[in-house]
Amino acid sequence: MPLTDQPTADVAVEGGIDRRRFLTYLVAAPTLAVAVRYGLGADTAFAAIPGTPEPADFQDLGDILILGAKATESMLIQLEMDAKGNVSCALPREEAGQGITTAVTMLIADELDLPMSKVKVTLADARPELLTGQLTGGSNTIRSVYEPVRMAAATMRGTLLAAAAQQLATQVEGLTALDGVITATDGRTVTYADLSSLAADPALFSGSAQPKAKADLTIVGRPQNRVDARAMVTGAFKYTNDLDPVPGALRAMVRRPPTIRGRVDRILNEAAVRALPGVVDLAIVDLSVGAIGDDPVSPRSTGVAVVAKTFGQALDAKEALEVSWLAGPVDPKETDATLRAKLKGIQLPFLTPVVPLVTQAVEGEFYWHFASHAPLETNTAIADVRADGADIWSGTKVPVVAQQTIENEIGVPTKMHVVQGGGSFGRRLFFDGALEAARISKAVGKPVKVMMTRIDDMRHGRARAASLNHIRMTYAAGNVLSMEQRVASVETDFRHGLGEAITAAGSQLNVPAAAVPVSLGGSASFAQTVFLTTVNSPYRFGVTNQLLNELPTTFNTASWRSVYSASARGCEEIMVDELAKAMGKDPAAFRMEFLTDARQRAVLKKVMDLGQWGRAMPRGTAQGIAFHQEYKSMTACLVEIDATNKLDPRVTRATIAADYGLPINPRGLEAQLLGGLTDAISTTLRAGLHLKDGGFLEGSYSQFHYAKQADSPPKVDIFVFPETTGEPGGAGELGVPAAVGAVANAYARATGTKPRSFPIIFPVDFEPFTTGTGSTRVNPR
Amino acid sequence: MPKYSFMLNGKKVDVDAPSDLSVLWALRDKLGVTGPKYGCGINVCKACTSHLDGQEFNPCVTNVEDVAGRKVTTIEGLADGDVLHPVQQAWLEQDVAQCGFCQPGQIMAAVALLKRTKNPTDADIDAIENVCRCGTYFRVRTAIKSAAAKMAASPATTKVVSGSAVPVTTAGASLPTTGATATAAVTGAVALGAAAVVKAMGEQGSAEPA
Repeated sequence: MPLTDQPTADVAVEGGIDRRRFLTYLVAAPTLAVAVRYGLGADTAFAAIPGTPEPADFQDLGDILILGAKATESMLIQLEMDAKGNVSCALPREEAGQGITTAVTMLIADELDLPMSKVKVTLADARPELLTGQLTGGSNTIRSVYEPVRMAAATMRGTLLAAAAQQLATQVEGLTALDGVITATDGRTVTYADLSSLAADPALFSGSAQPKAKADLTIVGRPQNRVDARAMVTGAFKYTNDLDPVPGALRAMVRRPPTIRGRVDRILNEAAVRALPGVVDLAIVDLSVGAIGDDPVSPRSTGVAVVAKTFGQALDAKEALEVSWLAGPVDPKETDATLRAKLKGIQLPFLTPVVPLVTQAVEGEFYWHFASHAPLETNTAIADVRADGADIWSGTKVPVVAQQTIENEIGVPTKMHVVQGGGSFGRRLFFDGALEAARISKAVGKPVKVMMTRIDDMRHGRARAASLNHIRMTYAAGNVLSMEQRVASVETDFRHGLGEAITAAGSQLNVPAAAVPVSLGGSASFAQTVFLTTVNSPYRFGVTNQLLNELPTTFNTASWRSVYSASARGCEEIMVDELAKAMGKDPAAFRMEFLTDARQRAVLKKVMDLGQWGRAMPRGTAQGIAFHQEYKSMTACLVEIDATNKLDPRVTRATIAADYGLPINPRGLEAQLLGGLTDAISTTLRAGLHLKDGGFLEGSYSQFHYAKQADSPPKVDIFVFPETTGEPGGAGELGVPAAVGAVANAYARATGTKPRSFPIIFPVDFEPFTTGTGSTRVNPR
Repeated sequence: MPKYSFMLNGKKVDVDAPSDLSVLWALRDKLGVTGPKYGCGINVCKACTSHLDGQEFNPCVTNVEDVAGRKVTTIEGLADGDVLHPVQQAWLEQDVAQCGFCQPGQIMAAVALLKRTKNPTDADIDAIENVCRCGTYFRVRTAIKSAAAKMAASPATTKVVSGSAVPVTTAGASLPTTGATATAAVTGAVALGAAAVVKAMGEQGSAEPA
């Protein structure tokens, strides 16, 4: 492919970043290094799209995060080639199972004509110069790096071709590259390794090269396995707790208060605990990070850190502590019932009247219990705080905010090292583990490795906020006249830097002010922005409005995969089934009729065909179907459930189709859909947190019933559409909401019930942990 | 402090530890073997699943004195050098891992199952209780069946040769391309057994003299 010396193609990507705004640089280095950054200037970067009824149609959260990152003047993506012709890229994102390092490896290898084994993608340390551009969330990774990665790789390739032309004393035209070898028309060859130093010569650099035409790609769009899989299946892969970057680091665990965000009054048996085997030190530490209510009026949550030689000793000593505690900010009488009543009290009213005799309505109110993120790797971090500086290692999606917060607090230059995480699902948007580790290391003056117990992670970590959804749909004469949805939710805490990202996008936001019904300022307005840019009805339901109101609260919450959509869109999909039934229509045919475009209908039709929609099902079993679109991707899910025993249902089969616009790695996308399906089965049927006496009862996987193999369907078919729009849409969160709707609808049809509270099957079928058995609770239950 | 000796992945190791130190912390904090993970400490997530004399066991709830003189195999000891166990190979081919944290335990549980049952049914596979929070269960199921088929096809060979150091990255060409349905229909009996309510035990701490 010829090298272009023209500026990059002047192609506006619909709803995305204009490619003109990426600038490519040669980085001064002994071997070839190329970087890409967003261009400067305040030009509107988005293609104008005619007015649409809802904000998420023309600008979603992913767009905002990308736009926020655009403010940075620094190099977003940098590729380096070593003397052996291997290419490396430190990706400024967190990998925690999404497969982003594999997808980026594919993009680089394909553009550079290298095998994937010659490309190494690692995770970048915190890069403060990126400002808000290093946040992993909103399904934005591939959407935000797709263009700059390709630009950087294409430019590196172009520079190598120029170097080859010089080396071989020929023209660039006619040179071909394959597997890191450049061949001239006369058959002479030169390798990337041979050229790695020569190509670093600025005289050879002729600016940005154009990425390959899609027809020339051989890796992208084809299923690839994970680049890190071999290390994972051999046990060689290192998560934070497996690292030993500071030899001699001590192990620390924290005794946490019996109530959420309670405080230490005093330690009652300090001398006795200090005398326990292996115990090195104790320290009362601040446990809060960006938590709601962190102000002088509401003192910070605290706990007691026990520093010992091994985790076993730290754990035993933590349990042996006797502490007098002060109450936390959560009402000690709070239960799901009292909380639900409060949510009911803040629910905004519907606007559209139901006129008797003229219009009819279906209506439903849905309560969603709290849900733990419960990544299998509990919150873990390593901190080495010294007099002259600090190094922190942890899996975090917001390393810049984490580094700055820690640096400001401990007062020495700090480096935040990003470690691949053992799951996240939104949990690692908060960096409480890193902050606690830094505080403990500073307090005891030694390097420490800190780990949360599972019980603490479930009770004192972050959770998806409980919410109450109220939906009313009106119809008359075969038409749907209105769809109104009111979400009253416990506040979702966005104080981890998402607010800064939204602010950074600032005046370029297209969210109409009128669409924001309540302006509460602070985190609340960010919440409105997130809600309005992610939750939207895909159907032609006439007057449509969906509004959020949040209960300012003191729980530790965080975005949970698909944030508001799993519950809000899941509920809408349940009501769509009930509306179809009221109007005498088949649920799938009804959706087909009321979806708005051919792309949506193709996705729905695919699952209907593959999943054999409408096939005869035995009594007590049923199919359920639902649709969801978000971040410029769309999906439909069809499940079959066996609910012969209403209290012990099992999803027996699932069929999923998804259109991502431009699939980079179909196999990775299928994995994300499979994960979304399992999340939906779990949180719809059995997995939630009971709120009682101001705290959560669940403390482990024997109590928080996230699906196991026996809850998982033995037959799953997933279809990823080939390229449709030419632009990669969001992937990580897409799979949850449609699967929630499909599972709930299948259960409703199999049992003849109307699910209204989730998880549907939610007994307290366990004895909650108490003190002395690993729990941090002092009040026996 | 007592000293305990046992065979760890084919090598004799000695640990100075109190008798009730859990094997998980002995492995991780004293012997530097980090494949077995902490996920709960009370034998419900099973991320630490390993083998004791060839049978699966959970190091988080096993005291070090109970493994003295016995053979402990962790995920690190499953492959024969660069030659992966067929179950590991199946895990690569099915691209099972997402975050990967639970997968050493899932693999060790699958290997133990295949030792007991050469051709496991869906109900047999359903009995594996290892939690995968990424929800990879269907691929786990597919990989177990694939491994069973491999092992049945070459019963004399329990190990297969893996590819290059990064074998999975070049596998794309042989896989179905976009647009094809990625189906791995799994047949067999579907167990609808009652959800097993695991009796929650106390979190196992461990102590050792300084």
